[in-house]
Amino acid sequence: MSTQQEAGSRERILARIRAAVERAPEPPPVARDYLTAHVPDAEDAAAVTELLAENLADYRAVVHRCGSEAELPALLARLLAGRGSASVAVPDGLPAAWLAELPGSIGRVTDGQELGAAELDAVDSVLSGCALAIAETGTLVLDAGPGQGRRILTLVPDHHVCVVRVPEQVVASVPLALPRLDPARPQTWISGPSATSDIELDRVEGVHGPRTLEVVLLG
Amino acid sequence: MSAPPTGAGTGTPTTTHLGMPAFPEAARESTRDERLRANLRRATHTIRDKRARAVTELADWERLRQAGKAIKDHTLRHLDRYLEQLEAAVTAAGGTVHWAADAEEANRIVADLVKATGETEVVKVKSMATQEIGLNEALEAEGVRAYETDLAELIVQLGHDRPSHILVPAIHRNRGEIRDIFRAEMGEWGRPAPEGLSDSPAELAEAARLHLREKFLRAKVGISGANFMVAESGTLVVVESEGNGRMCLTLPETLISVVGIEKVVPTWRDLEVFLQLLPRSSTAERMNPYTSLWSGSSAAADGDGPREFHLVLLDNGRTDTLADEVGRQALRCIRCSACLNVCPVYERAGGHAYGSVYPGPIGAILSPQLRGVGSAVDASLPYASSLCGACYEVCPVAIDIPEVLVHLRERVAEEGEGHRAERAAMKAATWLFDHPAALGAVERAGAKARGLMPKRLPVGPAKAWSDSRDLPELPAEPFRYWWRRTRG
Repeated sequence: MSTQQEAGSRERILARIRAAVERAPEPPPVARDYLTAHVPDAEDAAAVTELLAENLADYRAVVHRCGSEAELPALLARLLAGRGSASVAVPDGLPAAWLAELPGSIGRVTDGQELGAAELDAVDSVLSGCALAIAETGTLVLDAGPGQGRRILTLVPDHHVCVVRVPEQVVASVPLALPRLDPARPQTWISGPSATSDIELDRVEGVHGPRTLEVVLLG
Repeated sequence: MSAPPTGAGTGTPTTTHLGMPAFPEAARESTRDERLRANLRRATHTIRDKRARAVTELADWERLRQAGKAIKDHTLRHLDRYLEQLEAAVTAAGGTVHWAADAEEANRIVADLVKATGETEVVKVKSMATQEIGLNEALEAEGVRAYETDLAELIVQLGHDRPSHILVPAIHRNRGEIRDIFRAEMGEWGRPAPEGLSDSPAELAEAARLHLREKFLRAKVGISGANFMVAESGTLVVVESEGNGRMCLTLPETLISVVGIEKVVPTWRDLEVFLQLLPRSSTAERMNPYTSLWSGSSAAADGDGPREFHLVLLDNGRTDTLADEVGRQALRCIRCSACLNVCPVYERAGGHAYGSVYPGPIGAILSPQLRGVGSAVDASLPYASSLCGACYEVCPVAIDIPEVLVHLRERVAEEGEGHRAERAAMKAATWLFDHPAALGAVERAGAKARGLMPKRLPVGPAKAWSDSRDLPELPAEPFRYWWRRTRG
């Protein structure tokens, strides 16, 4: 509240609201009789993971399977080298082992307050984990936790590789996702690479966010 | 396509809605534009078909819809309490909350906040609230240039134009026109269009990416709206597709969000309903590409995001709307634009004819309530409909738009500017009946419209007026025949 006039407006708006609804009846309580999930069995981890893979691919993310932690470093090295990336942004808390097989030619840029947008703009790729993934919608949720970095980190580089631990980080639906997330944390929900259909409704992948999204399902 | 649109503002007079002709004159103009009509037809039909498929995927859609309606109704009934709770939560998270009674006050607050940073440029993510208050023009008058960053809004802004659809604001432009606008205008605003730019959507999107990246990287102030605000946690939610929202919300040092007071929901859990309803209803996707959620400033988020966060809560006619027991349901709107895509009148008249940032059926009930029915365009808007009810059927929060339209017609008759308003209104009705194709579509849609007639017929002096002149009973016989019979 910065001025006296605003303070006046606050009181005026609240008073107008009270006057407007004063005689309104209490609406019926919210019936939350909608489904918790839309899959036959939200506990069927294999099926839910399969659905996640399908929906990610349907929204043009490139999906890779990785059976074990031991195989991950080689896969990640292959993805970054295959893309021809010269540099990769690395969030705090990303397991160091994941980068073990990265060729020396790929520079590592670690996250930190001094790393600004301009610096990130010169970085080719970003590698991150996630907080969780939602199968029904093909969504990755990042909450700036360990291994995820500030929101800007997974935004500015043109290539995002995101590792999802399956099945433990996968939930079936949006209603199952929210209780596992902390509203106090800044979040980005990502469903496929950025896209626009603003020109004659032709879908174009990639406007401002990473134009290529690769997802590694680990486990 | 992305979240709700913002100012067309380049500060040129063409962007204002003041002195807009009444709906019928504007519609007559736009229906003559063959290309506009073809673009609109293709767009609305494509999106509506996709939407129907996305909705069919959820067996509990109707239950979600009723829950969405119920949450919004409950929130509106206790709006004072939830706004105070929101204010406390945002403040606790390091944000500053401002209250704006009207457009002028909101613009003043934002302009002062921007000037306090010493910046003369801001980047904006599409927001209907800022467009409604004419923020870009107000900033321009204060020497601050606001850059729209949504692709469609960029097209609209560079073209010195106005948006015509909530979701796809530049739907009235085809690719050739967009290329010409980019070639001619981008250089005036920053990085020029690449040499030899073609009209392929991919190349045009790339040109926009390059043009805007430069602005994102140097922007110190971002301005946004919000799709939802969570009272209990102080969380704001912005739903988008292109990533321009993420850029505006995370890169700048200062973020100012201007949000209508009706956008608040009580709990974090409530998002489970709206994050299912909105993307499927709007872009017909299971989920939109990007959703950003944040609470307060970077101080509350380990240094992630803007250092300073300001939330401007906007009334601007919303409390008037809330006071109307029939009309208040319009405040449930989550700006998905599904009603535009099924409306036979919108499809033919286009968004500009509605003389407001809110086009289509929702605009026809929102604008006259937010602005009053004093002007010719606002008095005519409740008549820019055939009451076919398709808008109600697709509305994800079950706003009974036909019911509100009938209610507002009564208000126009009662408090409009006498004969002038009534004349404008009658012309709107006449326009509709002069367009047999629109009516044909209405009749087909009407077959599905069971139970959609307004539950509350007008009472009082307007009753006789509407009974005799325009309000059909439930179309047991086709509308057109009814009209012929009763008009004759």
